[in-house]
Amino acid sequence: MILDVRALHKSFGQLEVLKGIDLQVAERELVFVIGPSGSGKSTLLRCCNRLEEPSSGSIRVAGIDIMAPGVDINAVRRRIGMVFQSFNLYPHLNALGNVTLALQKVLKKPKNEAQDLGVKALTRVGLAEKAKAYPNELSGGQQQRVAIARALALEPSIMLFDEPTSALDPELVGSVLAVMREMRESGMTMVVVSHEMRFARGAADRVVFMDQGRILEQGTPQKLFNQPEHSRIREFIASIEH
Amino acid sequence: MGKFADTFLNWEVMAQYAPKVLEGFFVTIQLAIAVVVTGIACGLLLAVARTFRLRVLNFFIVAAVDVMRALPPLVLIMILYFALPTVGIKFSGFVATWLALSAILAAFSEEIFWAGILAVPRGQWEAARSTGLGFMQTMTHVVLPQAVRLTIPPLTNRTIAITKGTALGATVAVGEILYQAQTGYSFSYNPSPLTLGAIAYLILFIPVVWFGRWVETRFAWKR
Repeated sequence: MILDVRALHKSFGQLEVLKGIDLQVAERELVFVIGPSGSGKSTLLRCCNRLEEPSSGSIRVAGIDIMAPGVDINAVRRRIGMVFQSFNLYPHLNALGNVTLALQKVLKKPKNEAQDLGVKALTRVGLAEKAKAYPNELSGGQQQRVAIARALALEPSIMLFDEPTSALDPELVGSVLAVMREMRESGMTMVVVSHEMRFARGAADRVVFMDQGRILEQGTPQKLFNQPEHSRIREFIASIEH
Repeated sequence: MGKFADTFLNWEVMAQYAPKVLEGFFVTIQLAIAVVVTGIACGLLLAVARTFRLRVLNFFIVAAVDVMRALPPLVLIMILYFALPTVGIKFSGFVATWLALSAILAAFSEEIFWAGILAVPRGQWEAARSTGLGFMQTMTHVVLPQAVRLTIPPLTNRTIAITKGTALGATVAVGEILYQAQTGYSFSYNPSPLTLGAIAYLILFIPVVWFGRWVETRFAWKR
């Protein structure tokens, strides 16, 4: 089990956003998380590397209890790649600089080695020739691929995607999904919050439907998209696809 | 016209006091550099300290910064130079002026740096932290480089304004440009040394103003 979330609760003040989430993700699995906005999908993802501090419950990543007191959260985080809706590339560094920063400062790789690894990661997302380009010189799709390379370069055990294509123009979505598909084929464990239903149908091992801070139902894409037990899910999917 | 030139551009008087004004020119440069380095370094340090969000520390930082921003620089110089000796703390005029202007520049630059740090989007912190960078690593390698760029235009303007305050040192016998020019004026009874002083200030600060403009364009980058 790469990710093991149990009885996870998260409140923002009076507002309870996660009301007891149990989610297990096995190695090489691609889990898609869908659900209406405000259902807690992003919060769940952000709790998994403690960008949000869970209110209660336990989270284990690759066997490490990330909620344990005294846990080296920085050491854990580099094992958990995260891709954001708004890319969040560092605007003052070029693509290669974005990818190599953590390699040098967290993994303490010497500059040469970090650059080699950085170029390798950029090659993997098809952007080796853009290594010297700054974020403002890249399209949204290219920026998101650099962001994926930034996470990939650290060789994470699991990758978390928080609506990776939602900020992209439609014609740029494909390039990002292609990279994600390649990652899936190479065996990366992935949790993806997204509305890309076609991608989910084709690539996901499992789809998790969240509603009002709970997991309402989960199963294979065929099951969840074609014969969900809850009519709520059918309605949601119909509303997304039209 | 002859009278004007004789009064303000009297070559004889100017030649006589030029060496003194030149001496003051170098004192002004030393004082200005000391103020800029100390003031900006302290301001940056205070702004970073404030990001730790320790309530008591931040209360004192904000209080001190507000006081320094509210006080006229001359008042602060006078306090340091004339008032503190009565309780046994003595500074030279140079040190009093340096400390006063540094404190004021530190206060203003703290506010500017702080605003710059806050202006860096939260997503930048999150991206950096998600790759395992620690708080200070994120600050040093991700946030400050962006914050500093944002702060350069307001910081340059504020620094020029405060550095020109070195002229206030004339009131506490610092032998800088204005002091020398004024002394020359008193002895010669002719304002030409003051003209010379003004020229010295222009020679010193016009390049700084130009440098500020260059820095603004150099550091402007599209987001």
